Order: sequence, then structure tokens, then C-alpha cells
Amino acid sequence: MRVKVISRSTDEFTRERSQDLQKVFRNYDPALRSQEKAVEYTRALNAAKLEKIFAKPFVGAMNGHIDAVSCMAKNPNHLKAIFSGSMDGDIRLWDIAARKTVCQFPGHQGAVRGLTTSTDGDLLVSCGVDCTVRLWKVPMLKMVDTSDRTGDNSQPSAVYTWKHAFWGADHQWDGNLFATVGAQVDIWDPDRSEPINSFEWGKDTVLSVRFDPGDCNILITSGSDRSLTLYDLRMSSPARKLIMKTRCNSVCWNPREPMNFTAANEDTNCYSFDARRLDEAKIVHKGHVSAVMDIDYSPTGREFVTGSYDRTVRIFNYLGDHSREIYHTKRMQRVFCVKYTYDGTYLVSGSDDTNLRLWKSKASEQLGVLLPRERKKQEYQDALKERYKHLPEVKRIVRHRHLPKPIYKAANLRRTMIEAENRKEERRRKHSAPGSMPVQPFRKRRIIKEVE
Amino acid sequence: MEVAKYSRGQGADLKALRDKKLKGQLSVKEKLYGQSAKAAAKAEKWLMPNDGVLGPYNIGYTSNGRYMLVGGQKGHLAMMDMLHMDLMKEFEVRETVRDVTFLHNEQFYAVAQKKYPYIYNRHGTEIHCLKEHGKALKLQFLSKQFLLASINSFGQLHYQDVSTGEMVANYRTGLGRTDVMRANPYNAVIGLGHAGGKVTMWKPTSVKPLVTMLCHHGPVTAVAFDRGGNLMATAGVDRKIKIWDLRKYEVVHSYPARAQSLDFSQKGLLACSNGSQVEIYKDFGGHDYKLYMKHKIMKGYQVGKVLFRPYEDILGIVHSMGFSSILVPGSGEPNFDTFVDNPMETTKQKREKEVHALLDKLPPETIMLNPNMIATVRAPKKKEKKTKEIEEEMEDAIEAAKNIERKKKTKGRSKPSKRAKKKEEDVFKAKRPFLEQSDKIDGRPDKKQRIGEEVELPKALQRFAKKPQS
Repeated sequence: MRVKVISRSTDEFTRERSQDLQKVFRNYDPALRSQEKAVEYTRALNAAKLEKIFAKPFVGAMNGHIDAVSCMAKNPNHLKAIFSGSMDGDIRLWDIAARKTVCQFPGHQGAVRGLTTSTDGDLLVSCGVDCTVRLWKVPMLKMVDTSDRTGDNSQPSAVYTWKHAFWGADHQWDGNLFATVGAQVDIWDPDRSEPINSFEWGKDTVLSVRFDPGDCNILITSGSDRSLTLYDLRMSSPARKLIMKTRCNSVCWNPREPMNFTAANEDTNCYSFDARRLDEAKIVHKGHVSAVMDIDYSPTGREFVTGSYDRTVRIFNYLGDHSREIYHTKRMQRVFCVKYTYDGTYLVSGSDDTNLRLWKSKASEQLGVLLPRERKKQEYQDALKERYKHLPEVKRIVRHRHLPKPIYKAANLRRTMIEAENRKEERRRKHSAPGSMPVQPFRKRRIIKEVE
Repeated sequence: MEVAKYSRGQGADLKALRDKKLKGQLSVKEKLYGQSAKAAAKAEKWLMPNDGVLGPYNIGYTSNGRYMLVGGQKGHLAMMDMLHMDLMKEFEVRETVRDVTFLHNEQFYAVAQKKYPYIYNRHGTEIHCLKEHGKALKLQFLSKQFLLASINSFGQLHYQDVSTGEMVANYRTGLGRTDVMRANPYNAVIGLGHAGGKVTMWKPTSVKPLVTMLCHHGPVTAVAFDRGGNLMATAGVDRKIKIWDLRKYEVVHSYPARAQSLDFSQKGLLACSNGSQVEIYKDFGGHDYKLYMKHKIMKGYQVGKVLFRPYEDILGIVHSMGFSSILVPGSGEPNFDTFVDNPMETTKQKREKEVHALLDKLPPETIMLNPNMIATVRAPKKKEKKTKEIEEEMEDAIEAAKNIERKKKTKGRSKPSKRAKKKEEDVFKAKRPFLEQSDKIDGRPDKKQRIGEEVELPKALQRFAKKPQS
């Protein structure tokens, strides 16, 4: 009688040569695995804890300036390079990988307020409170030769003097025109010593300017009359103006959705708008406890970084109403400018204490080339944290950030004040005739009006 | 060891030889004969019955079925590699051994000896003496949580984490001495069978058992859990074997049979040992367990413990003359998963598995009756409002209280005010049990006139309405 039983011969399960991989046999029957969910939950918890252990976002500081850093500029053609200008007129070109100055561009007599590079990266435009616009030829080849440290000084290739102090500058993404702002908006051609065009709406100072990455003729400016103004170069006068309750310090367009822009406001919030519908903010990004000084988008368009007067740098998701990450150091004072590098991995912040600081965009990321196994493990752990992030224990670990005491207390105070105001408004509404006090969404509350 | 039996007579007398070459060749051969006789004698000790000198055995398999540990009642311990039939280590502890179990792999095993359980290395070196457990009768290892559970002669259940050495829990079952203990592989819950016919299920984080079931009319003799987590088999002195559904806690099958020990295989076959025979039941579709195989051992020998070997079609049987194993077609899982249990493990794979198991060690709080409940959403509790029936009952009670005959006191003691007060107290007494369910303060009737929620108030005045206390 023939009886069928399991019989395994070790030959099938041993490898032929020692260079071969061991054979792997799979049986996906869930009956062989018990308590799968508990194992997965434990792994998610461990992954959250490991993320916190490896979260070391600060990479290094670049020191060299002797006064506060007022503005920075970057160029998509050169990933390692960043330009910074300070309040005493000193402009430097930094190599981010070595964290050293490659080249200095002395010449400005006062603070450098605007720095921008041309489309191909060969020309640097700087403007300042000494009413001059200087154009510099950038020695990008010097970046390759790292032995040449603090480098020799360059001479500007052109100096244009104008009538008023400048507050900001930006270059078109595709053309060769650049704009400077101060008392009015001036459009320059690099070959001409006078602006080819000027725009003005009202007599107030214009503080910052940005060209739209999608359409090279559109630009947006923020002014000290609490306004955001849209200009089209093909038209002879400004297109649209939006007046808010407080002034916007800086604006940035989303590089992947060029109709949306985000403005960094004095009232500690950032407002994202759709340029076609300015009557209502799309999203209000809350988090900072003091004025937001600068904002820059990641090249992916999915998150942006803000630097604020409260000595912190925050990273927000482009649709998020609260920050995903907050970076602070005891030595970093008021942050005046921030920039995301063009590979999306690092951010550079320039602050009042004359240093530029390099941070990682994902605090626990392992830099460098990962082995395929390492990458897969990291992706698995990210997926686990994503799946279990709503559970209380995992959420507590993932959300936890250490805040400096002044920021923590200031945030609590703000929360108390806002809640008190909300309560009072609710009571006023209850005690007045129904319908006499309409509910205004927060997105609209800080906007006064839109002017054509 | 009887070497003489295998030596095939006396050795040749080589002294009489003169030929030196021949003498040398023959002496080499004689040496070889001696060695082979010794080896044969050794093998006899294992593969031949040894007259039960060393007592009934307890056996344990590792989770991949490759290594087997036997511990005899008289203190004989041995570990074997069943793949190559190698005896790895054999030694005597010279005291009573009540139970043996492997820990997470064959590197460590725990032995419940006369006074305390001990943990040994694969070389037989004693590593730990677990004094807190006391006189352990049975040991079970929960592999995902690295917990060693033991039940001792006072009916105390101990849980100890063997990776950190921490004693996690220690509970008095309160139901007396029992030596029937089994771990449920599906949810890591420990099932104990007690002398009153009760089966209790325990987890390390609660003082009271999770479930108490009355299974038999007499003491429970054996408990076994199915790998799928749905079935439990129990046997009692009342000559019944019952198969229970663990979701509804109802009997699925009941057989009039005795069982000294029960075990479920990976494919759901149930083995019962009974006197000098072993019966194996199989479910032919739909949990309909029918007799599949019967195995009788030699006359007069009593069968003790039966244990299926994982990933093989083999059932290990312990009887009064030693240990034997029988083939049971269809009992083992033919396809193993390398990352779950690998019967053909290399050293590197074993080391990796140990490290990953330690990294994924589950905390004892994850043990629960339904392991899939983790990371699910708990339904919100709805506040039970007073139903109309309860209100009607309350009103009836109030009416009854108002209508009782009160004694009329004389000599000026029955003033109307006092009578009214007495009436009110009776009404309050009647209302009290209903008020305990409701949410009034102190249980006293609200004498203040409060505006109820049914009154339509303008929004501004709603803050003055009495809010229902949560």
C-alpha cells in the first residue's frame, strides 16, 4: 500500500556553490503567522522612536560675514553654490559642500537688500540701500578648485546708480530681464544703465518682488501699505492689488503650481493664495509666534520653509495648516532669509548672528547613497509610521518636538488669547440678532479688499 | 551500556602471532571492532527500548521541528537533531524533571526540576535558576513575547521575560493545584485546566482570568488549542473529549473517550492518547471530526504525552518504555516559509532570525483574546437615556408610596406637617433606586426650581439652563 507523507531531502535545500544565495521558500498562509497586527504595531512604534533618535537636522554653519545676513540667492544650474549679502555690503559666494567662501564681491556701501542670479547662472545682480545696482560675473569654475579658499575679490562688471534705495530684486526665470523694487518697481535689461520700465501704484515702499516661474511676464510684489500687487510686463499698468490687515514681508511662488503663491505675513501667519482668486486665501499656515521674515518653496512644490523673527525655521507642507518641523538653535538669532537648495535635501538659513546655517530638510534622513536594502527598510518604516500615526502612542512620539522655553510660552499665550477672543465673539454673536454678525472664515478675515 | 553484546565474542589473541606485519594489521582491525561495538551500544540506548528505567518522558520540539528535547522523570535530559538523527547533548540532572521546553530556538531550553525550573544552554550548561517560579509543574514558552509561563504546585501562574529576565506577572489562580497548561498559538493566551472541570484562560496583564468555562463534570486531564485559533479540545475524567468553538464558547463535538493527552497538528488533526493506544481524529470538511487513525503500542505499555512534530508528518509518542514516533500522513505543513520557521536553517539564518525576533519582541500588553483588535477604532459609548419604561416604573412606585397606610399617632404626635414630611420621605425612598441610574446630585430631589431643557430658551439665556451632568 502506498502512503504519501512529507519527505524532504537536504539536497533540495542546500546551495550548490558557496557564492550562490541561499534559497528562500515562501508560504503566505496567514495561519502560519500569529499576532501579525501586534508585530506590525510594535514595529511602527520602534520606527517612530528610531526616527527621533536619528533626527539630527543641523549639518553645519558657514561663518565669514561680519554683519547680519540680509538676503540670499541661488541658481538651478549650480547646486553647490549659494550667494549671501549682508547688512554691511559684503556679498559672498559659498560652496555648500565645503561650507567655505569661494569668492567675495565687495563694493556696496550700505546694506545689500536684493540678490539674484541670471537664468544661466553667470551673472549676479545685487542692489542695496546705496541706490546702486551692481552686476558681477560669477567665477563658477572656482567651485571646482577647492584649494583656493577665501578667494580673490572680484570687480563688478557694471554699476548702475539710480534715484532711490532698493529693497529687493528678482530675475525672470526664462528671459534676461530683472526687476528691482524700492520706491517703485523698475524693470531692467542688463545691458542698459537705466530701467526700461517702471510701475507704481500708490506712493508707498515696495518691499519684495518675485517673478512667476510659470509665466515669465508676471511678477508679484509686497508693499509697506499692507498690499500684494500683481504686475504683468506686457501691460502698461499694474494688474491687481490685494490689501491685507498686516504687511507681507516676503512672497514665493509654488514652482510646481505656478498660479499659487504663499505670502509671509507680519501677523505670524503665511497665506497661500491662488493668483486668479485673490479675495480669499486658500490656506492659512499657522505656527510661528513672531513675524515671518522669509519664505521659500522646495523644488518639489510640496513643502516650503519659513524663517521668522522668533529665531526659528519651520517647514510646512504646502497644504498644511501647521508646521511639520521646527528647527532652532541657541546660537541662531532672528532669521532674516531662508532658502531651499535645488535638490530639495537641504535648507540654508541666514540670520542676525552673521551665520548661514545648513539644515537637513528631513531631520532623520540618512545622507549619501543608500544600499537597496537600506532604502527598502526606510520605505517600509515610513509606510508603518504612516499607517499607525493616528494611534495615541505613535502620534505622541511622532509629534513631539522640543521647543525653546520662550517660544513655548509665547505659543501658549497666543493660544489663550485667540481662544478668549473666539469665545467673546461667540457670545457677542449669541446676544445679537440672528444674522447680524455673519461668521467670516479665517481665510478671509485678514484681507481687507481686492482692488483692480 | 552493554558493549559485550555487540562485540561478537572475545577479541583475537594476537600474542601467539610471530608475523609482525600480520600482527599490526590485525591489531588495527581489532581496534575498529571495539569502536564499532561501542557505537552500536550507544545507539541501542537511543533507538531501542530501555525498559523504562529512567521514567516517563516529557518531550518538546523547536518551532521548526528540527530539534527534540526529552526529559525523563528520573532526570535524564537529552537533545537531538532530528534531521540528521544526531544526539547533540545528553546528561543527567539527578533530580525529578517535570517538564521541558525549548525557548526561542535550540540554543536554550528550560527544565522544570524538583524545586525550581532551570534554563540550560545547548551544551547542557546550567545558565539560570528561576527561583521565583517555585515548584513548576508545567512550562510553556510564548515565542513572540519571549515569555516563559509556568504553573506551580500551589496553582500560581508566573510569567517571566527570558530576554531581559524580568518577572512580568505572578497570579494566584485560586483554583488549586493543576498540571494541565497549554498556550494558544493564535493569541498567546494560556489555558489552564482545573480540578473542578473549569478551564480558565489567562493573560499577563490581568489578575482575573479572561474566560472561565465549565467544561467537564470532573477534573480536566488535557487541553489543546488549534493553530487557527478557533478550536479547543478538552478531555476530562468524566470520559469525554469535547471540541469547543472559541468564538461562541460552545461544544462542537463530544466523544465518549478518555484522553491522557491531546495535541492538534499544523493541519488540524487531533491526537488523543488513551491507555495503550493513540487515536487521531481528522476533520473531513466543516469541523466534522471523525476517527482517522488508531495506533496500538505493545501490550501493557501506557501512552503518556503525544506531540506532533512541526512541518513533518510525524507524531511523537511517549510511553512507559520510552519514546517512539509514528507516521501520520497529512498532519504536517509541507510548505514552510523561510522567514517564519525553517527546518533547514543555516547558522547565519538562525542568527538573523534571533535578532529580528528580539527586535520585534511584543510587549505583554498585546496579548488579548482577539489579536486583530489592535489598531482598530473603539465604538463610542452612548449615554443611556432614561427610557419610558423606567419612568413609568418610577411613577408607579411613587404612587404606591403615596398610598401606603400610615399609622396615626396619638397625644399630639401626628401633626399634619409631620405626616406630610413622612409621606415625602416614603416617596423619596421609592424613587431612590431610579435616581441612582439618573444623574442628579446627591440623590436628593431638586428643590430649586430649575429650567429644564425642554423649555425653548433664546440662545443667550441657555447658559442659565440646567445642563445635564455628564
